[in-house]
Amino acid sequence: MNLHKFANPARFVRYSTAVFPWLAGATAALLGVGLIWGLLIAPADYQQGETVRIMYVHVPSAWMAMFIYGVMAVASAVGLIWRHPLADLTAKASAPIGAGFTAVALVTGSLWGQPTWGTWWVWDARLTSFLILLFLYLGYMALWQAFEDPRRGARAAAILALVGFINVPIIKFSVDWWNTLHQTASISSFQGPTIHISILIPLLIMGLGFTTYYFTVLIMRVQREILSRKIRSLRLFQVQPGDGRVEATPQRG
Amino acid sequence: MKPKRRRLYYVLAGMATLGVAAALVLTAFQDNLVFFNSPTDVYERNIQPDTRFRLGGLVVEDSIRRQSDGLTTVFEVTDLIRTVQVSYTGILPSLFREGQGVVTDGSLDARGVFIASQVLAKHDETYLPREVVESLKKSGKWQGQGSGEANAQ
Repeated sequence: MNLHKFANPARFVRYSTAVFPWLAGATAALLGVGLIWGLLIAPADYQQGETVRIMYVHVPSAWMAMFIYGVMAVASAVGLIWRHPLADLTAKASAPIGAGFTAVALVTGSLWGQPTWGTWWVWDARLTSFLILLFLYLGYMALWQAFEDPRRGARAAAILALVGFINVPIIKFSVDWWNTLHQTASISSFQGPTIHISILIPLLIMGLGFTTYYFTVLIMRVQREILSRKIRSLRLFQVQPGDGRVEATPQRG
Repeated sequence: MKPKRRRLYYVLAGMATLGVAAALVLTAFQDNLVFFNSPTDVYERNIQPDTRFRLGGLVVEDSIRRQSDGLTTVFEVTDLIRTVQVSYTGILPSLFREGQGVVTDGSLDARGVFIASQVLAKHDETYLPREVVESLKKSGKWQGQGSGEANAQ
């Protein structure tokens, strides 16, 4: 299969525009059902009571924060190795969405921690590595802005994204490698979930809804990036050499 | 070698090196990355009085004693091998009860009692509706955390 066929920006715009309304519709439906189910219908937990409902936002946010960082790292590697502009744009467009999910996971976790643990925040391995994830996202976004030439910015940011990817398995396994205040994973593939089905189903619906939300916003952001690049290159094209306003950097292989 | 192939190898080699470096650093700092020590650690490392550290474990059944001042609680924390007595003055988290996992922050006094300045409840990864837990307890199949009643403050 020739992947370059799908990675062509013009074709991406055409396909993604066709998929977009379906993704947006699925997001609205899944989040609507998931929120009503999780916040109103699902039972209260035997220990936490109603506080358990924070989990329906907290856990999917944390999943997405790590998943989006994974997407960003893969896209960065593809951009770095095969120099594909669409991969760079995917990584760039993902970062603010991932940073948003990371912030939501941190805030909701803190709101849950106060009534359950008795503290807003502790410096255990899970919480600390997750805070580092937020800083990695913010640093990545800042690094893009620090370069005048977007191609050089893309390269520097891609390296940061790859280096920071080391943090993702550390977050995931921090609760298993070291003892932490944060509990271990409830949904692990080996023993089956330690979460009752009536709580698990709305959680998975929210997880799906957050995923389709990510792809919906990603399509919007990548398309916007493609358009702004087009405008930029049109502007550069209009500026004729010799009129003294040339600021274009010519293509360097 | 084609430049693309070369870049691929550079990225792979870079990631592998970083992975090894991270693994070495994390292994070296193992002792500092754990959030709390177990009662067994307290005995094995011979932690001296007035050294501040976090002690974690399960609250021993029938060990919770309220002192006459009404604010101080004395209880025992165990990792099922060793047990340490803890004294804490203050308001306990609502999940605090016998059989519950807790993390306490403080230091040992001269008698070997852990004087805690903070008690945090550790929540486990089990999420169940109340009715399910009640029916499990009725049928005697309940093995979960916190077999005692939740501490109503």
